[in-house]
Amino acid sequence: MPDRIYEVFRMERKGQPLQHAGSFHAPDDRFAEAYAREFYARRHESAALWVVPRSAVTTIEDFGDELDTSYRRVDGYSLKVRLREARRRVAEGG
Amino acid sequence: MSDTREQEFLEYVQGGGQVETHDWMPEEYRKRLIKFVEMHANSELMGVLPERDWILRAPTLQRKLALTAKIQDEVGHAQLIYRVVEDLGKPRDDCLDDLLSGRSKFHNVFHYPTRTWGDVGVIAWLVDAAAIISQKALLKCSYGPYARIMKRICWEESFHVLHGRDVVLALVNGTDLQRELVQEALDRWWVPLMMFHGTPLPAEDDPMLHWRIKSQANEGARQQFLEGYVPQVRELGLTLPDPKLRRREDGTWEYTEPDWDELMSVVSGHGPASAERLAFRRLSRAEVDWVSRVVLAEAA
Repeated sequence: MPDRIYEVFRMERKGQPLQHAGSFHAPDDRFAEAYAREFYARRHESAALWVVPRSAVTTIEDFGDELDTSYRRVDGYSLKVRLREARRRVAEGG
Repeated sequence: MSDTREQEFLEYVQGGGQVETHDWMPEEYRKRLIKFVEMHANSELMGVLPERDWILRAPTLQRKLALTAKIQDEVGHAQLIYRVVEDLGKPRDDCLDDLLSGRSKFHNVFHYPTRTWGDVGVIAWLVDAAAIISQKALLKCSYGPYARIMKRICWEESFHVLHGRDVVLALVNGTDLQRELVQEALDRWWVPLMMFHGTPLPAEDDPMLHWRIKSQANEGARQQFLEGYVPQVRELGLTLPDPKLRRREDGTWEYTEPDWDELMSVVSGHGPASAERLAFRRLSRAEVDWVSRVVLAEAA
């Protein structure tokens, strides 16, 4: 059956990011466009839609950290402890 | 090993965590979720039939268009919700097969006939209001894709409540005959409305709350409905056909216990309009079958 699933991303107002809105079945791109307009913009609630065949979407969900890349993140730095230590040192005139 | 995993899953969802389509989930969770979401989709689809009967009989062009738009919304909700079920592993055609053969259920209120234009107002106002209360409690559902589409659905349902309240207001501001019409409709719909949120199952016995598929117990939803809508109904000079209905000092509403056996019988396909509705759905599925065949063949 050629029927396939399309994913819809929707921009609510100009300047906002596109967010995933849902999905539907459509036989081809032409129908997909018509359905997207009916399903996601018939009350003028969208400023833009992206309509993508699900098969075109690559999903990545595994973000391991085997090599400890915490230095790339805020939580990789504990300034608080070091700062307290430095302040204590200065206060003691060391 | 799998017990630990299930325990961790349970703690995660009970702590407010949300699950996505491709995440691991216990079989029991998946099964209960499919059954619950599928019944919701069935209800959206079957729920348009009582209203569909009134498109041709709507009193003005504006009412006809508003009603048609509501029906389009509800069918749209059905398609959104069936997509959720499909991604959980049950194809839409299987859902429709099960609906038509009576293996799956739909909401009690859609098993009753609509007799007058008053019914259209009462349904859009009060049935949709009751439905919004249930659906708002799903915004925090542990299954993310379902929770997210609920936002859109609640937004559209709020238009329906507005439309229904406007229809009822037009009738109560009209002639004596119109006031009688809407009162008679309300009298018939009150008991089904009181059954709408289900039996007052204690929260700890409700598996839907256990898995945090729902976040509100049945009785809590009914109390919220009574608190919100009884005053709105009464201020229009309408009465409710329950002599026991009263608000206690502590804010709890007392009411006549509905016949829960009747609810079970109605939702298992023995309501006054169940057979007729399913027959109509069967007929329309057969009648439009050629459309999908043509469209799909052309796209191939």
